[in-house]
Amino acid sequence: MGNIMIVGVGGQGTLLASRVLGNVFLASGYDVKVSEVHGMSQRGGSVVTYVKYGKEVYSPIIEKGGADIILAFEKLEALRYCEYLKKGGRLIVNTQEIDPMPVITGAAKYPEDIVKKLEALGISVTALDALSLANEAGNAKAINVVLLGVGAKSSEIAKEKWIEALKATVPEKLLDINLKAFELGYNY
Amino acid sequence: MKKLMLGNDAVARGLYEGGLSFASSYPGTPSTEITEALAKYDDVYSEWASNEKVAAEAAFGASVAGARSFCAMKHVGLNVAADLLYTASYTGVNGGFVIAVADDPGMHSSQNEQDSRHHAIASKAMMIEPSDSAECLEFAKKALALSERFDTPIILRLSTRVSHSQSIVTVSERDVVPMKKYEKNIGKYVMMPGNAIKRHVAVEERLETIKSWAENCELNKTEINGSKTGIITSGISYQYAKEALGDGADYLKLGVINPLPENIIKEFCASHETVWVLEELDDIIETHCKKLGLEVKGKQFFSLRGEYTATEIKRVIKGETVETVTAPESAPVRPPVMCPGCPHRGVFYVLSKLKLYVSGDIGCYTLGAAAPLSAIDTTICMGASVSMLHGFNVANKNAGVAAKSVAVIGDSTFIHSGITGLIDIAYNRSNSTVIILDNSITGMTGHQQNPTTGKTIKGDPTAAVSLEALVKAIGIELVSIVDPFDVKTLEAKVKEYTSLDAPSVIICRRPCALLKYVKPSAPVTINSEKCVNCGMCLKAGCPAIVKKDGKMQINPVLCTGCGLCEKICAVGAIVKEAK
Repeated sequence: MGNIMIVGVGGQGTLLASRVLGNVFLASGYDVKVSEVHGMSQRGGSVVTYVKYGKEVYSPIIEKGGADIILAFEKLEALRYCEYLKKGGRLIVNTQEIDPMPVITGAAKYPEDIVKKLEALGISVTALDALSLANEAGNAKAINVVLLGVGAKSSEIAKEKWIEALKATVPEKLLDINLKAFELGYNY
Repeated sequence: MKKLMLGNDAVARGLYEGGLSFASSYPGTPSTEITEALAKYDDVYSEWASNEKVAAEAAFGASVAGARSFCAMKHVGLNVAADLLYTASYTGVNGGFVIAVADDPGMHSSQNEQDSRHHAIASKAMMIEPSDSAECLEFAKKALALSERFDTPIILRLSTRVSHSQSIVTVSERDVVPMKKYEKNIGKYVMMPGNAIKRHVAVEERLETIKSWAENCELNKTEINGSKTGIITSGISYQYAKEALGDGADYLKLGVINPLPENIIKEFCASHETVWVLEELDDIIETHCKKLGLEVKGKQFFSLRGEYTATEIKRVIKGETVETVTAPESAPVRPPVMCPGCPHRGVFYVLSKLKLYVSGDIGCYTLGAAAPLSAIDTTICMGASVSMLHGFNVANKNAGVAAKSVAVIGDSTFIHSGITGLIDIAYNRSNSTVIILDNSITGMTGHQQNPTTGKTIKGDPTAAVSLEALVKAIGIELVSIVDPFDVKTLEAKVKEYTSLDAPSVIICRRPCALLKYVKPSAPVTINSEKCVNCGMCLKAGCPAIVKKDGKMQINPVLCTGCGLCEKICAVGAIVKEAK
């Protein structure tokens, strides 16, 4: 059984990451549900997708206190959804900051020291600059696959299965960049 | 073969396997992907129609011809198509006719959270509801045959979580279903009073027939685990209930929502000490139970608003709560925004600056109501921007109230139902200015072609509506085409047209920044020596412009180099980055 949440900002590629995860668990013989977000929130809003696997999965949704792992594509989104982690859950967070409109207009401040504050809650945090690694791989948009790589390293599923799922999900012309991004995350 | 499939894709697969041959839809979240998926099957004719009423009528025409036919829409789309539905329910069908309607509890991407089950009850059409992708496939496939068997349109009710969740399905081959023969039958298909009176008798008889069938059909399932607690539920609520209660309860999972069965519900209630009805939105099943004189628990404990959760079901029924960590502080909200490079931004910058009354509509550009632009005054339903502006202006003029106003409506929404309102404006000569935001695509629902784009659902070239020729043809004489990033010209044109006592149209034309053929330019930068920190550029509400440590900055990753802020900056501090 496992519950994985992917949180980020609309346009960051959370959908692709959740589809890769879904295919990995399907190929590993689990029942799987993946819940996606379409429509208005995709326009730069806060987005969340859920991936659940196990012997039998019912609800496609992960609720507060239910996630084993959160992959946060942006730091503020990690803070927003931290209550969804189980006690002792793991957070993999891209340290990139994308200011939401209330911060841009000066109506709110971007919170400081998010990673430290979340660590203080007893959450196991892996914080990394996935944007730099994605750029190193050849495309800023590959942060989704960098973060998948980090998560894959500590999963019970063999690396080859992850690479197969990537190949099945990612468009062919972007495959090389994504395989490189995955390696950079995996070896982080 | 086992596959992970989106609920909407599974509906399309089921229809394909069930011998569907005709599909016509108008996009609407969360229903859009069904028709997009159907477009990939060459054996099925598929199209985008100009609105849901047209789509439903086209599909029903195909049914009368004898073809298995389908249309998909979001919940509010069924309001538009309701006219066809209510009377097609009287005539019945020839080829199987299925309407998928996707509700949006929680309003992830909608203007209300109406419960479509009311439409099924009111129209007396049969409605069925799946709860995951496997059932989406199974129910959609069966619906085509059931429609023919019971001579009724069938509404396949979905919800956001069923439509937009992937789960495992097993696909099989397509059934070969020959087209049925059309035979002229005036008594069945011409709904003038004398015939309709007779058909209504048939409709009531049909409901009774389906009800008896539903007592013992495979779409309604009872799951007995030996518990004293019984759960009556349907759709996604079944999944939440199973998640929360597992084998600790018995279940009556209803797949047929209209008409609801009676005997199996009575028997289920009689064999359980406590029975809960778990259904999102309105209390349709609960009311049905209470009419049967059954004691059930439901909306007294659960909300009529938003989505159900397993946590809430556990809390109410089992009294259990979930342990969570507490966030160290609250995160500033991150509402959706217009994308960097969005052509709508230029329009709303001008409208916000001129402080006009802005009659809004449904699309990405509804975000023109969000801070800091805050330009839009009203958003109600598809096409309402245009007709409401007309009423607003006539009422003000007659009362002697001076109010400068415009309507904003996207290209696809204009074709959907803006054109009818504009004809009203032209015909009744109101002093109304309508701005058509022509970004060459249906944007919000994820880039669907429409009658103005010159391409079909499959991307093949076709006739394109000329918006300028169309509006002139209906009697609008003042028509201008402006680039929305040319804010100077746009501002002058808006000022000119809104000061005239005549109907007028401004077509703001620039393709959506997310279209593949729209290539971003080099990002702009801020010359800190010239910048006087006036904050004018922030008024554009572009996510790429931020104020950091008291100074304006451009985020080069987000900036598409659209140049709007360059034009807004009064001191020339924003410049294209030298490459």
